[in-house]
Amino acid sequence: MTKPALSPEAFAEQRLRKRHAAERRFKLYGQLAIAIAIGFLAILLVSISSKALGAFSRHMLVLTIDQPQLSQQSDLAVSDLNLAVRDTLLGEFPEISVDRPARIELFGLTTRLAVLPLTEEAAQTPNMFDAPVQTRLALSDDLDLYLKNDIKRHQRVEVGRAGRLAQDTSGMFRLTDAGPDGFIEFQDFVEALPEPGTDILISLSGAWFELLAASGATLELRHLAGPLPNLGEQNASEIEATLLPAASENRKVTNRQIVFAMMLQERGMIQKRFNQSLFKNSDSTYPELAGAAAALIGSMFTMLITALFAIPVGILAAVYLEEFAKKSILTNVIEVNINNLAAVPSIIFGLLGAAVFLNTFGLPRSVPLVGGLVLGLLVLPTIIIASRAALQSVPPSVRDAALGLGASHSQAVFHHVLPLAAPGILTGAIIAMARALGETAPLLLIGMVAFISEVPRSPSDEATVLPVLIYKWFSGAERAWEPMTAAVIIMLLTILVGMNLVAILLRRRFERRL
Amino acid sequence: MLQTLGYLPIGWLVIAPLAAAAFVAFYFGRQQVGALAIGPTFSTRLNSQPNFHGYFLAIATILPAALVFLIYLIFADGQVRNNLISELPDYLIARGTEQVDFFVSRVVEYAQSRPSEPTGNLLFDESVERFSVLKGSARLSAIFLATLAGAAGFFFGRRQLSRQFPARSYVELCITSGLFVCAAIAVVTTAGIVLSLVFETVRFFSLPDGPSIFEFLFGTDWNAQTGANFGAVPLFFGTLMIAFLAMLVAVPIGLFAAIYLSEYASPQFRAWVKPILELLAGIPTVVYGFFAATLIAPLVRDFAQWVNALPFTSDTLLAAQPTSALAAGLVMGVMIIPFVSSLSDDVINAVPQSLRDGALAMGATKSEMIKQVILPAALPGIIAAILLAVSRAIGETMIVVMAAGGRALITFDPTSDITTVTYQIVALLTGDTAFDSARTVSAFALGFVLFGVTLFFNIIALRVVQRYREAYD
Repeated sequence: MTKPALSPEAFAEQRLRKRHAAERRFKLYGQLAIAIAIGFLAILLVSISSKALGAFSRHMLVLTIDQPQLSQQSDLAVSDLNLAVRDTLLGEFPEISVDRPARIELFGLTTRLAVLPLTEEAAQTPNMFDAPVQTRLALSDDLDLYLKNDIKRHQRVEVGRAGRLAQDTSGMFRLTDAGPDGFIEFQDFVEALPEPGTDILISLSGAWFELLAASGATLELRHLAGPLPNLGEQNASEIEATLLPAASENRKVTNRQIVFAMMLQERGMIQKRFNQSLFKNSDSTYPELAGAAAALIGSMFTMLITALFAIPVGILAAVYLEEFAKKSILTNVIEVNINNLAAVPSIIFGLLGAAVFLNTFGLPRSVPLVGGLVLGLLVLPTIIIASRAALQSVPPSVRDAALGLGASHSQAVFHHVLPLAAPGILTGAIIAMARALGETAPLLLIGMVAFISEVPRSPSDEATVLPVLIYKWFSGAERAWEPMTAAVIIMLLTILVGMNLVAILLRRRFERRL
Repeated sequence: MLQTLGYLPIGWLVIAPLAAAAFVAFYFGRQQVGALAIGPTFSTRLNSQPNFHGYFLAIATILPAALVFLIYLIFADGQVRNNLISELPDYLIARGTEQVDFFVSRVVEYAQSRPSEPTGNLLFDESVERFSVLKGSARLSAIFLATLAGAAGFFFGRRQLSRQFPARSYVELCITSGLFVCAAIAVVTTAGIVLSLVFETVRFFSLPDGPSIFEFLFGTDWNAQTGANFGAVPLFFGTLMIAFLAMLVAVPIGLFAAIYLSEYASPQFRAWVKPILELLAGIPTVVYGFFAATLIAPLVRDFAQWVNALPFTSDTLLAAQPTSALAAGLVMGVMIIPFVSSLSDDVINAVPQSLRDGALAMGATKSEMIKQVILPAALPGIIAAILLAVSRAIGETMIVVMAAGGRALITFDPTSDITTVTYQIVALLTGDTAFDSARTVSAFALGFVLFGVTLFFNIIALRVVQRYREAYD
């Protein structure tokens, strides 16, 4: 292949064009890199916050409970209250009171332990149950998720007018058609659905049924809940079918529970509320009762120990290295050591804690005291490095002036240099604390992952911390844990952002021109 | 009385008198020397300010007392326990040390919970009472000795005070030593890490069911949870594989971002974008782990299934696991971007302006200048940045724990759930940790390898950075 010879000018121009194209490409790569990084950050934040959104509200069962029967004198037990709750629920659905499996499904709307806050309240207010008490109980997590997400995908279809309703010997019901071919049309519609096999609920003047089979002009039904209409008579009321988004084998809530929930929601007995338990409760094996309060307090205690240990020691070490140490092999070793320690993986500090604090010193597992010390050692190099940088930025004239006026070495440092370096040191310390607050791996190794259901009262009580709680809830099997984990992440990120803002403000506020 | 003293929480009760003693001694010392300093002549001048004499006396008073308390803290509990054991009846001792230890631990725990009523077990209640008395007397003697030591220190210090006494130098010496101790904590930490890792690793290899060093380093069968196979090669492989995937993301993006920010971007753009990039480094790793496991890992699996379903691939080409090396590696790469970019940014900025001007003056375009002048000049620094990032990737824990897997495999398929060193350390040490099983101790051997490798990378990188800085400074 031979190219036509170019004139030197044309050749130069072509070359220049190529070079400029390469230049633009290169610049584009840079922009692309930044866009990818920022885009990733945006996706991360948006996806986590959208997940978390669901956890900040939850469905509560609003019940009016009568005086519970006490099984023991004076003490209100959880089981007594549960019986009262069950009575109230059964009072709402008298039609199923003889049906044992249906009763069990009804009682599954809320877990046994949901009444715990109420028992505590009752223990403090003696005559609480003299009048009927209105209370809110957490709805079971699966049902809550169903009401949040899946119920929007219910599809309602008019079927036609009802004819006669009859019960056969097996307890099932048969409903005949009143109008011309209403049921046939409905069957054609069902068969034409893109996803066959979904469950269909039938509602007829306040009663709910599950559609078992449809043949010709009769529907075979199973009664779920709601007062039964009179049997045998010409009914003539409207029939409505509700198509559920998934078959009952593929979800955790039964058809009957969905009906209960829809009926209670209509009666205003299931309400969507702000999820207080997320902030007020401590950990639980039931997602609907679990909260981050204990972990929040545990994080606070841990940070307290870390700050008390690492900040003073870090600052003093930096003062020594920057102001007092003479050049010697020893100080050189310390310097190299600190730089390397800052880059040691955090999990190694967990191993140190497990081997030295737990095994050798015999300190207890899972306590903020040990966790705080381990995190303190972890962030110590960071604080030292930041403090040294801040001390270096203080001009030597300040030091010289103080020494010249007769101050001792330590007076010059502590009275004059350190206050000038304080904003920088404080900023470094806050950033180091923020790092410690988000640290997980070393704490797993010293047992802070244990299940703690009580809010810790001191740094030597067993506790867990926010990041570890995130890891624990993430590992939970139920689907409800995922939005709750995301909610705790948002909490943690909010605190971190707050700390960083404080650091920035401090720097702005106290930055002095030297 | 002794019994009550035995279970009071007296931490604050110790610190308060010490502080009070320090204050009293300070004012005493200042007063005493201040009285000497009357008169304007040279001979009446003090060597040090009265305040320094006060500080000196305060230190002389509380230092010995604090030392006594320190010794008490370290040794007293063991001593009290031993005393209690020596008083136990012979039939209990005859049951063996393990039983005795368990009994004593329960006694200690019960005594510290400040019981109000006896349990009914005669021996137990007696031991609880005896323990409280023993502990109380230990505390009483500690308090007595500390008071004595403090008083001795105080009177010794007072005798030193005079006009010529160089109190200031002594106080300075104390302050400097205190500061030195703080600085030395970092060294002690490193020593603690090295010693505990070495000690446990040596123990691991000498355990009867532990492997030989050769087996550990070159064996390809890892099954520490249930069996006793400790061939760590699959873990090393998985770690390097995920680190490599992370680097594939972090190095190009980080490097290009750094180049753009330092050479092309306007100051305002830089002022906004740099902190945003650094936000990526401030997000806790557990959050990245959650993100990787809930969003990226399912995407990776879907992608792998899509690839498997392509007409020209076999159905089992990719493993398509719900957690995968690729998901962990991708997200870890994003986490490391700010490391690469800010370190590279530093070294690129350190390249002297004269090199840039020279290249541009010769007619080079900006990208040619960067590619042919700046990057070669900054290369050692960039390599150091990459090394630091690799060491960071190797040691990263939460992302792999949540988004990579637990299966010790050697496979080049990035969609399979291979495991890493850090994953195994967490898996082996969370939950029940008896320090005598090979299973637990193997985590320390893994930690030792991890520590050694990251330290090696760090030392090289820091060396390079330092040398590089010196060359241009």
